[in-house]
Amino acid sequence: MRADTKSIPAFDGPMLQVAGLRKIYPTATGGFEAIRNLTFDVPAGQLACIVGPSGAGKTTLLKCIAGLLPRTEGVLELHGKDITGPPKTMAVVFQEYGRSLFPWMTVERNVELPLKAAGVPKAERRARAAEALEQVDLADAGGKYPWQLSGGMQQRVAIARAVAYRPEVLLMDEPFAAVDAQTRADLEDLVRRIWKELGITILFVTHDIDESVYLGERVIVLSAAPTVVQDDILVDLPADRDQLRTRSLPRFAELRTHVFEEIQRAKAEAKTGAIPAR
Amino acid sequence: MSAFLRNTAFLLGLPLLLVLWWWWATIDSTNFFVPTPGELVTTFVDTWFGPRFWQDVLPSIGRLAAGLALAIVLGVAFGILIGSFKRLRQLLEPLLEFIRAVPPVVLVPLLMLLIGINDLMKVVVIVSGAIWPILLNTVEGVRATDEVQRDTCATYRIRGLNRLRYLTLPAASPQILAGVRQSLSIGLILMVISEMFGSSSGLGFTIVWFQRNFAIPEMWSGILVLGLIGLGLSVIFRVVERRILRWYHGLREVQRAS
Repeated sequence: MRADTKSIPAFDGPMLQVAGLRKIYPTATGGFEAIRNLTFDVPAGQLACIVGPSGAGKTTLLKCIAGLLPRTEGVLELHGKDITGPPKTMAVVFQEYGRSLFPWMTVERNVELPLKAAGVPKAERRARAAEALEQVDLADAGGKYPWQLSGGMQQRVAIARAVAYRPEVLLMDEPFAAVDAQTRADLEDLVRRIWKELGITILFVTHDIDESVYLGERVIVLSAAPTVVQDDILVDLPADRDQLRTRSLPRFAELRTHVFEEIQRAKAEAKTGAIPAR
Repeated sequence: MSAFLRNTAFLLGLPLLLVLWWWWATIDSTNFFVPTPGELVTTFVDTWFGPRFWQDVLPSIGRLAAGLALAIVLGVAFGILIGSFKRLRQLLEPLLEFIRAVPPVVLVPLLMLLIGINDLMKVVVIVSGAIWPILLNTVEGVRATDEVQRDTCATYRIRGLNRLRYLTLPAASPQILAGVRQSLSIGLILMVISEMFGSSSGLGFTIVWFQRNFAIPEMWSGILVLGLIGLGLSVIFRVVERRILRWYHGLREVQRAS
């Protein structure tokens, strides 16, 4: 399932390296510092969640990593290579599924499009798209248009498109923020399943604390803007997760309390500008 | 079936009523300038079903079709270029506004001098007026392309011709077609006007010739032909638009329902 990595020279470092990342948006009054200093590594095959209070520059960080936004300072490396534009081995699932899928194409053609642009032959394209749609339980929806589907199904199409592309790294920007709670739980399990099946690296941005703990092997907590890493937590929950049982584990409650406290602290710091005693 | 009948009644009701009124008003009319409906129909058939169809109607339609096709191709091509590059837009905006403000009709005498009295001149006149709504709408459509769709193309490295074909053109197509719709009527007007000046064939020429020779019912029937061409154009446009923008109308319907 994985993209062919044989051609890439052996590299022992992390899949993704972020060091001293800084992003200042130019404004009329001299610039807004969205990200001050971010440093973290994501090893290959990890599912890492990034949480932070609203306005923490989560989307900015993701866009910088995706090569959609130039950084002001710092190191951004994928597989040891500097990120200067959208990397070939990376896919992104955006929050706004309704605007990320092309309404003038059927679901099938949407999933196939990145493969077509990459020069994948037609027969293989078809097969990979069908396989990916099956993986997200939408095998029958290929001939429909995205707007004929519910929000949750549309986001699954966007995930299928990313899966068919066979990236090494998948970035997800609050992908489930706009769907209802039940759909959201299903989609979370879908992400876990795909992550296990494909063995890819996933960076999942969310503002939902429960979601970050349930999904991630690790939770990186961001502070409010100007953003730094507030905390980096290893999620030591069993690998097989279940919406009911995992969420009722005492360890789950501990972790979510911990993340919650960190975010409250981040908000308080943003308000007072001082670091309160722990 | 009853819905179909009702729709047909709505479609034809007003035209029928107007014809009836016209018939009633001209029952005992001796007005030389206004023919009765019956007179007009016979004149219409006598005048246009014959050699005149090949000599005047078809060449006119040909010029109109060529002019509109050229206006669409050039308007969309330049619209995409100007819409895609901010610098180019800033550079060209004042110039475009100026050229757009010049009524294309005044170009007719000029183009007669430059190109001569031929079909090319007439096609150029049609293009010079019909291109603007298409060009400006295309520029706006390209500029308004959704940011998330652009980011999606960027992350999946969909570039160049693929991007044009699968993102830029379809995203701008609702706006482009709105421009084309406006251009159709402008094209028809300019076709007639370009034929009224130095010409020896075509609808514009024939209508003016009838008027100068006091062939009043024939003149009226020529106007009827123009109206029918306009109607035909809008029917063709609707069919094409429905096909190209099927996704757009479907999407809009869903958005309205929610």
